[in-house]
Amino acid sequence: MSETLVHREAGAGTAPEERFLYGIIAEFEHAHDVVVAADRSYQAGYRKMDAYTPLPVEGLSEALGFRDVYVPTMMLVAGILGCIGGFGLLYYCLGISYPLNIGGREIVSWPYYLPITFECTVLAAALTGVFGMIAINGLSQPYHPVFDAPDFELASSSRFFLCIEHTDPHFDRVETRRFMETLGAAKVSEVELRK
Amino acid sequence: MIDSRNRRGTAVGERDETFEIIRPGHTYESVTSKIAGLVLNNNISLKWLAAVALFAGIGSVGIFAILLTLLFGVGLWGNNQPVGWAFDIINFVWWIGIGHAGTLISAILLLLHQNWRTSINRYAEAMTLFAVAQAGMFPLLHIGRHQYFYWLIPLPNSMALWPQFRSPLMWDFFAISTYLTVSLLFWYVGLIPDLATLRDRAQHRFVKIFYGMLSLGWRGSALHWRRYTMLYLLLAGLSTPLVLSVHSIVSFDFSVGIVPGWHSTIFPPYFVAGAIFAGFAMTLILAIPLRATCNLRDLITMKHLENMGKVMLATGLIVFYGYIMEVFFGWYSANTYENYMTFANRMLGPYAWSYWALILCNGLAPQVLWWKKSRTNIVVLFIVSLIVSVGMWLERFVIIVTSLSFDYVPSAWAMYYPKPTDYAIYFGTIGLFFTLFLLFVRALPAISIAEMRELILHHGHGAGVSEHGAAPARH
Repeated sequence: MSETLVHREAGAGTAPEERFLYGIIAEFEHAHDVVVAADRSYQAGYRKMDAYTPLPVEGLSEALGFRDVYVPTMMLVAGILGCIGGFGLLYYCLGISYPLNIGGREIVSWPYYLPITFECTVLAAALTGVFGMIAINGLSQPYHPVFDAPDFELASSSRFFLCIEHTDPHFDRVETRRFMETLGAAKVSEVELRK
Repeated sequence: MIDSRNRRGTAVGERDETFEIIRPGHTYESVTSKIAGLVLNNNISLKWLAAVALFAGIGSVGIFAILLTLLFGVGLWGNNQPVGWAFDIINFVWWIGIGHAGTLISAILLLLHQNWRTSINRYAEAMTLFAVAQAGMFPLLHIGRHQYFYWLIPLPNSMALWPQFRSPLMWDFFAISTYLTVSLLFWYVGLIPDLATLRDRAQHRFVKIFYGMLSLGWRGSALHWRRYTMLYLLLAGLSTPLVLSVHSIVSFDFSVGIVPGWHSTIFPPYFVAGAIFAGFAMTLILAIPLRATCNLRDLITMKHLENMGKVMLATGLIVFYGYIMEVFFGWYSANTYENYMTFANRMLGPYAWSYWALILCNGLAPQVLWWKKSRTNIVVLFIVSLIVSVGMWLERFVIIVTSLSFDYVPSAWAMYYPKPTDYAIYFGTIGLFFTLFLLFVRALPAISIAEMRELILHHGHGAGVSEHGAAPARH
């Protein structure tokens, strides 16, 4: 399920205002702090959360519970298919469709096929990796509720954010906020869905 | 906050240069605003405009010459029988070679954990794209009947024919297309987080929307970063053998043929080393004015320039070894034609001036870089880079023209003289290349902002110190 889908749970929360609440977000100044905070949140049982950082922070995605390896798998499969495809193209064209007997040499002169086969492997793996990464990340997505959080422009320059989303089973407007205030953040705020 | 212990004067005036990878004292915010400020400022520098006008002017002369070629045919060039390949292939190989340094810096140095690649990889990768764009024009232009360029593509057709897949020229078609595509994708993927930074810092609405669209709504989500970094590493891993294979395939254009002076197994490694050599020369030619005019000396430091000089020296030595080996083969092979080609023709024949200029430019000039004093002298580095660029062009000239003009049988011998269209197209591509680069520097971040932040995070230097002076976290 894409983490970008937001449910307007009519009647799921206790107060009418929860329909418009996306989550609670905490702002940190240092990369280390956000990793510790993510870890503690995971320990506390929260699962539907995400962090927003201006650079990739080691250990953060694991602390948040993300462990997928879709991208390498896709690229491997695509690379293999590209290899078979490239070699297959040449095998078909030169071996089956229009074979030429040149001085009694091998019809399927496979050493000559290797450069093109290699290039097709790399091309297939690269294209799949890039477009696959963009697709599974759900990009292009010009708007996301978290963009409306205060100071969020700093997520792309110098601040680190952790957001616990309202779809989490343990989410409670008051309790979660109290919990997040113990994480050592510079600021804790609510993220609201734009109407 | 500048650490005075790192201050070391260089040979160029009292310019304050550092030998660190990044000048200490930088924070995430300072690095971001410095680099983003190059793009997001409202002033259009007059010097920049003048430079664009100059190079675009030169480029348009080239475009005009290309148009003439398309209209009147390849007869406008100096190519003849037996010298069927001349400036076209020289320029093609020269540009592709230049492009390889960008991929080496982006991909290979990343895999080797060389942190000094960080501030130079973005503009070097852009250099690759623009160089490959120039190179790609030549295979298309040098075919006699331009309207049949699509015959290179293996599509079923009414003549029931396929392209000659056993030819290095077809391998080139696949290799260069793949190289251009993968480099473009690698460069764009690297740009996505920086485009998001520009989107968030832009003041003007249209600028915000422009970068917003290009950044695909990137918000720095940890889940996205996870997949992003996996992809980035894998693309680097793919690009590394790609660089090696592409220029090897380009060298096969020569070595697979039986022309004396061409048919040699040393060509693939010698060409790849030569490509990196020429590419780093061009990277230096771009770095030196870039850091001066855009005030990036804190980020592209003397360390980077010195390291680039070292790589140039190393690859220059490999290339020089290649030249020595060619002379050895000429003698050791006991093949009359190879012997003739090496000694009587290249060294003493009508094009001997180019051979000896080549030895001077590529063999002797880079030896200056053994001394640290010259490696850290910006003027010396710039001049040596220019000489090396010329030398690498001459190398392809020597390989192609001397071998083709005087090969096996005297009845096939003839001189080659370039014509004005040849020069016009060549200098035109140089103009176009610099025009594209100037536009890039103005429109996109010339240094990878996200990666510079990583450098600050992992290597101290005031790591993560906020503007409010909070203490750095332990790592």
